[in-house]
Amino acid sequence: MASNNIGNRRLVVGAHYGAKDFLAQRVTAIILAVYTIIFAVMALLTPSFTYESWVHMFNFRWGGVPAGQMLATLAVLATAYHAWIGVRDIWMDYVRPAGLRLALQVLTILWLLGAVVYAANILWSL
Amino acid sequence: MSETTTRAPRPRKEFRNLSLPEITLTYRLPLAGRLSILHRVSGALLFLALPVILLPLFAMSVASPAGFAAFASVAANPFVKIVLLVLIWAYLHHFCAGIRYLLLDLHLGMDKESAKRSAGVAFGVSLALTVIFGLKLFGAF
Repeated sequence: MASNNIGNRRLVVGAHYGAKDFLAQRVTAIILAVYTIIFAVMALLTPSFTYESWVHMFNFRWGGVPAGQMLATLAVLATAYHAWIGVRDIWMDYVRPAGLRLALQVLTILWLLGAVVYAANILWSL
Repeated sequence: MSETTTRAPRPRKEFRNLSLPEITLTYRLPLAGRLSILHRVSGALLFLALPVILLPLFAMSVASPAGFAAFASVAANPFVKIVLLVLIWAYLHHFCAGIRYLLLDLHLGMDKESAKRSAGVAFGVSLALTVIFGLKLFGAF
């Protein structure tokens, strides 16, 4: 082991799971922050809050491209990935029994995948 | 060797510092610590609300003009308004504290004083916006 390693028994492996999640949490956070700001600006620029203006915020088109749906879907996917990392961290911090923790993690994945499918179904039927 | 060190060790009282009254009342978290735990609480709330409160309400509101009107009448219920306001607070808190964490990741405002000040700013902005949304929600303007 290299002499500048952290502790003499630490085995540094190269999988980088932690670094990948750290980065993914921040990238998804930035996507969500940008979407929030775009959404807030659109809401503030909407003169009257009607059914049509509300739906328009999610199904507007740029040229022929369904940009409203695509941006909202991107935000939903970013939310699910972001929430997966955060909620998994909560289970890892507070739930010691491995079986229970695994069960909670599986439920978290099902919960979030369900939310993604549900949201996609709503958005793409507009 | 002195006599005190050779004496058999007496059973000592075990101090555990993780009881609920202690972590909530005895040990006071600094401002940044409160921001941090509320970041986690607000994230957990949003996670739980997403498929069972937020998406059903969203689905209702965009389904049709009649659904939009139905959403408005559901949201007129004071209990629903309180639930929505809690979730609005959760979003705003998570957003403001999250921006602060992104800045800290860039090593901006890392010293103790700046970090304390930015925690105060995150609380101030998120709570002020929550009050504005709350006034709007309860029909003050």
